[in-house]
Amino acid sequence: MSASTEELKDQHEGRQGLSAKDRLRASLTPPPKPGPSASGQPAARRRLIGGAAAAVGVVVLALLPLLNIQLPGILPTATYQPGALQLMALCMLMGAAALTYHLLIGVAGLLSFGHALYVGAGAYVLGILLERTGMGLVPAMLVTLLVVVILANITGAVALRVSGIPFAMVTLAFAQAGSVLVRRNPEGATGGEEGLSLNTEQIPAFLVGVSNTRNLYWLALAVLIIVFAVVSWIQNSRAGHLAEAVRENENRVRVLGLKPYLAKLLIFVVGGTLAGCVGMVHLLLQSGAVPRTVSADFTITLLVMVVLGGVGSRWGAVVGGVLYTLLDQRLTVLAQSEAIQSMPALFRVPLSEPLFLLGTLFVLVVLFMPGGLAGFVRRLSARTGGGRPRKDPVKVLEQAE
Amino acid sequence: MSTILLLLVTGIGLGAVYFLVASGLSLIYGLMGVLNFAHGAFLTLGALIGWETARIMGADSWGGFALSLLVGCLVGALLAALTEFVLIRPLYERHIEQVLVTVGLNLAAIALFEGIWGTDPVFIQGPTWMGMTTDVLGAQIPNHLFITILVAGLVLAGMVLFLKRTRYGMIIRAGVENRSMVTALGIDVRRAFTLVFTIGGAAAGLGGVLASHYFGYVSPLLGGSLLIFAFIVTVIGGLGSLAGAAVASVLVGVLQQFANYYWSIGDFVVVILLAVVLLTRPSGLMGRKVATA
Amino acid sequence: MSTTPQTTPAPAAAGGTGTAPVLTVSHLKASINGQQVVEDVTFSVPSIGITALLGRNGVGKTSSIKAILGLIHRDAGTVELEGRPIHTLPTHRIVQRGVGYVPEDREVFAGLSVAENLRLSERDDHPRRELVESLFPDLVKRAQQAAGSLSGGQQQMVSLARALMNDNRVLLVDEPTKGLAPKIVGEVADALEEAAKTVPILLVEQNLAVVRQLAAGAIVLSDGHVVHTTDSATSFLDDDTLVTRHLGVGTGPAPKGA
Repeated sequence: MSASTEELKDQHEGRQGLSAKDRLRASLTPPPKPGPSASGQPAARRRLIGGAAAAVGVVVLALLPLLNIQLPGILPTATYQPGALQLMALCMLMGAAALTYHLLIGVAGLLSFGHALYVGAGAYVLGILLERTGMGLVPAMLVTLLVVVILANITGAVALRVSGIPFAMVTLAFAQAGSVLVRRNPEGATGGEEGLSLNTEQIPAFLVGVSNTRNLYWLALAVLIIVFAVVSWIQNSRAGHLAEAVRENENRVRVLGLKPYLAKLLIFVVGGTLAGCVGMVHLLLQSGAVPRTVSADFTITLLVMVVLGGVGSRWGAVVGGVLYTLLDQRLTVLAQSEAIQSMPALFRVPLSEPLFLLGTLFVLVVLFMPGGLAGFVRRLSARTGGGRPRKDPVKVLEQAE
Repeated sequence: MSTILLLLVTGIGLGAVYFLVASGLSLIYGLMGVLNFAHGAFLTLGALIGWETARIMGADSWGGFALSLLVGCLVGALLAALTEFVLIRPLYERHIEQVLVTVGLNLAAIALFEGIWGTDPVFIQGPTWMGMTTDVLGAQIPNHLFITILVAGLVLAGMVLFLKRTRYGMIIRAGVENRSMVTALGIDVRRAFTLVFTIGGAAAGLGGVLASHYFGYVSPLLGGSLLIFAFIVTVIGGLGSLAGAAVASVLVGVLQQFANYYWSIGDFVVVILLAVVLLTRPSGLMGRKVATA
Repeated sequence: MSTTPQTTPAPAAAGGTGTAPVLTVSHLKASINGQQVVEDVTFSVPSIGITALLGRNGVGKTSSIKAILGLIHRDAGTVELEGRPIHTLPTHRIVQRGVGYVPEDREVFAGLSVAENLRLSERDDHPRRELVESLFPDLVKRAQQAAGSLSGGQQQMVSLARALMNDNRVLLVDEPTKGLAPKIVGEVADALEEAAKTVPILLVEQNLAVVRQLAAGAIVLSDGHVVHTTDSATSFLDDDTLVTRHLGVGTGPAPKGA
C-alpha cells in the first residue's frame, strides 16, 4: 500500500498538484463508507427494490393527468388540470436537464459553466426552423438534434483540451458567445430579449393548446425517462467507467494506457445532446424560448439543482431539479400572497425574492449537508445498516482489462 | 485618427473597470484556489450604496462623488471580509464547496438587491465636469474616463507596493506560489485569506462605483456581466498574477472597443481570444503554473 | 487513538543515549486522497545528533514527515514534541512550537528574492541571521536575486537557511542532497553537520555515504511500517543483509565492504 514517488510528488505540489477533478471529487462526494455490506445479495435486492419503486413511480406519474389529486401549497390546481400539469411537466424537464448536467459533473467531474448553451440551442434552433423553414416537427427536431451534436462536438473538442478551472472558463465563454448571439437577435431570428415564440403551424394539434397540456406532460415524462435511461447506460458503459476513473485518478488511468480524452468528449457530447432534447421539449411546453435558457445563470441553476440533490447521484439530480423548480414557482406565488405582502419591509423584501431564498438554502446545504439530499439519505441508510458500497471505478476498469 | 484615439481611451477605461474587478478575483484564486462568484455582488453593492451616498450628498458635487468612491470601496471590503469569515473559512481547503458557496451567495445577494432597488437600471450622473469631454488631439474624450483610469492606476500601484513592500504582501506572493510551504514556515496563512478577500472586495466596490459612471447607470444586474468578463480577463492574464490581470484587462477592454466599433463583434472577439490563449498557453499570459490536467 | 500492541518496538530512542527523546511518534497513520501512505509508524528521535530515516522509494518516509507536520491527513496516532502532544495542532502551530522543516525538492518561493525567502521564515524575536550568513555566505551575495533563478544547490541552501533561521527544537530534513552535484552534496552535508551541533535532526536521505557521515542512529521504514531501529547507523549500513533487505541493492553507494 505504498504510494509511488510520482504520487508523492504530486501531493507535494499541494493544491496545484491535485487536479481540479480530484479536488472536485474529494470535496463533493462524502468519503466512501467503511464497513461491510460488500456481499452481492443485499445489493441485488436493493437494485430490485429500486427498480420496482422506479416502475411504480413512473406508472403513478403517467396516471396523474387522469386523476384528481389536490396538493394545496405544492400544486396550483388539481393534477388533471393544465396549471398543475404544466408545472409538473416543467419540473420533470428540469429534472432531466439536471440529469444531463450530472453526466458532466457527477460522472466525468467536468465542471462546465456552459451547459445552458445546448439547452438553449435545442430550443432556439428548433424554434427558428419551425418559424423559418416550414419543416414538419419531426424533421425539424432531427435537424436540430444534428446541429446540437455538431455544436457539442466542436465546443467540447476545444474545451477538453484544458481541464479544471480553464475548462470551466472556456465553456463559460462559449455559452456567453451563444447568449450574446441570441440577445443580439441576428436578422430577427431569435427575438432578442423578448424571446422567440413558438410557431404552431407545423406542430401536430395534440401538442398545441392548453387543453392538450397533458400530452405535453406525457412528452416531458417520456423525455425524463429516456434521459434517465441513456444517462444510466452511459454511466455503466466502458466510457462511463473510464470517465469516472479519470475523475478519481487520471494518472492511474494513463498508466493503464487508456486515453481519457475521447471518453470525456463522448460524455460531453451525450450530455450536450440530451440537453438539446430537453431544450426542444421545453420550447414546446413553454410555447417559446427565452434568452435565459442560454445564459450562464441557467447553467448555474443546473449546478444548484445537482448540488442540492447530491453530486454523483442520478436520482439526486432529478429530485434536485424537481425541487428547485417547484420551490422557484411556489415561492414566487407565495411572494405575492397577502401574508407576505402585509409584512414589514424588513421581512417582505427578502421573502418576496424566490432566488434569495433558494440561494440561501443552497448555501446552507453546501455548508451543513455535504452530499446534498442523496448524501443525507445515504448517511441515513448507512446508519440503519443498509447502504450500498461504492465501487472504485479504477478497479472496475482494471478488472475489465 | 481621432476615432482610434477615442476607441483606445474608452478601451483602456473599460480595461480599468475590468482590472478593478479582476485584480481581486485573481489574487483570491491565486492564494486560495477559489473562483469567487460573489465578486459581482461585492461590486454591485458598492455601486448601489455608493450611488445612494452620492445622491444624498448631491450627485453633481465632487464631495458626493468622492464620498461615493470611498463608501463603495468600504462596502465592498466589508462584504468581502464578512463573506470570507462566515462562509469561506468554515470550508477551509474544500475548494469546490467554497466556490459553490460563493455561487449561492451571489444568487441570494443579487435577488435581495433586486428586491430592494428593483430591476430597472437607474441612470446616474456625477459632477458636471465628468459628463463633459476633453479634446485630446482632436478626439473628444469623456472626462469620466480619466478618473476611472487614474483610480485603477492608483489601485494597481497600491497593490504592487503592498505586495512588494509589506510582510503580508510577501506572504500573499509566497502563498500564491505554494500555500502549504507558507504554513510549513509557521505562518497562519488564513489571515492572508481574509486580507485578500478584503482587498479584492475594496477594489471591486470601487470598480462598481466607477463602472456605474462608465455605463451611466446602476442596477442590481451591473455585476453579472462584468463578472463574466472579469473572469475571462483573469484567466487570460493568468490566475494569480496581478500583472497578468492588468495587462489582460487593458488588452480585452481595448480589443472589445475596437471590435465593437468596426464590426460590432466585441464580445465574440473576447471569447475567441480566451479560447486561443487557453489552448496555446493554458496557464494564461503571465500565469506561472499550469493547473495540471 | 490507537494503542493496540504492535510487532514494531515501542517508542525506542534510536540514538539510545539515555536522554528523553525530542520527538515521539506513536502509531501514526496518514493518508493522501483516502489512500493510506503511513500505515502504523512508531519511533522517536533523540534530542541530540542526526537520526536517519531510511527505506526504499515510496515506503512513506516523506509522508511520515508530512504527517508529523500535519501537511497530509493524519488518520490516527500521536506525535509528541518534548512530551507535549502536537498532533492536534494545525501545521503552522506545530512549526511555531519549534519544528523546522526542509522539504524534499526544496520548495523555495521562486518568485521571491533570496532575502524575502529568508525574511518570510523569521519568526523568532531574534532570528539567527549571523549564523545563517556565516553558514551560507553565498546567499548573502545573492540576497536580491529571485530564488527561482538559483541553482539546485543554492536553492537547497535557501531551504536549509529558512529552517536554521529560528531556534528550533528539532529539524525535519527531507532528502537534502537529492539531485545535487557531488561537490554540492558535500557542502550540504557539512552544513547539516554544523547545524546538528545545535539542534537534533531527523534526516531522510537516500545517499548512504551522507548517512554514514552524518547519522548517529537510524530508523528503517518498509511498506509504511518501522522495520528496524538502531542507535548506530554505521553498523546498520555495514550489515549487507539488512541493507539489501530493507533498502534494496543499488539505492546508493555503500562505500565500505563493497
